[in-house]
Amino acid sequence: MVDILTYVEVALINSAPGILYISWCFIERQSIVKKERPVNLDLSTIQFPAAAKASILHRVSGVVMLVSLAFLIWAFATSLSGPEGFAQVESIMTSFIAKFIGWGILTALGFHLIIGIRHLIMDMGFWEELDSGRASATASIVISIIVSVLVGVWLW
Amino acid sequence: MVREAGTFGRSGPHDFILLRASAVVMLLYVLFMVGFFASTADVTYANWTGLFSNLWMKVFTLLALTGVLVHGWIGIWQVLTDYVKASGVRAFIQFVFSVGLIIVWLTGLFVLWGV
Repeated sequence: MVDILTYVEVALINSAPGILYISWCFIERQSIVKKERPVNLDLSTIQFPAAAKASILHRVSGVVMLVSLAFLIWAFATSLSGPEGFAQVESIMTSFIAKFIGWGILTALGFHLIIGIRHLIMDMGFWEELDSGRASATASIVISIIVSVLVGVWLW
Repeated sequence: MVREAGTFGRSGPHDFILLRASAVVMLLYVLFMVGFFASTADVTYANWTGLFSNLWMKVFTLLALTGVLVHGWIGIWQVLTDYVKASGVRAFIQFVFSVGLIIVWLTGLFVLWGV
């Protein structure tokens, strides 16, 4: 039921107590084995696992859409207010900036939806192993990128 | 130590279910709208208002907006409780998003009412 990879990732990057806890374990272990261990301080060599990337993308895309609701509800209300309002929204949507913003919102929607479907499938007990979890996370990101490109093609 | 989390639903498990139930409703709405735009070559004012003048479309849209309200409320709560540790700041941001979501829902209701 629990996306363990996600929770480990969240503990590592978001919670200061989590980091302290992990380093504390490390120090204690050192004192027991009394041996110098290498510490990797080169952050550029440390990469997030695919599941962590999927988790962060899910959160970022969700917040992006939440903020974009202000524009969407305006466009919804204006386009249905009358022929002039509809024409106004239509003319705005022909500009590059508006199309780019629209593409951004739809891309966020695609990422959130596809990674969200992976979440629902994981709720049912699938893809919980390291290999399948990693593969499904990578697949969901790749499919989302393809959807984002297709949305761009449709808009322009 | 706070024992009771400030959930949207009655409890954590209730939030868990509400989040997924609202997700399914919104997924169906998105699929429908993709189908509408794919099957309508030229979206005009006439067929746009024609779509939203149907009673079933008003209900479907308001159902999806209710999904947005529930899902957005719980979602931003999950994000804020992870990243914003200062209670006062977190309460303020949660307040802004919650009121915003209710405004979106009410706007949707009155817009649909008039179509």
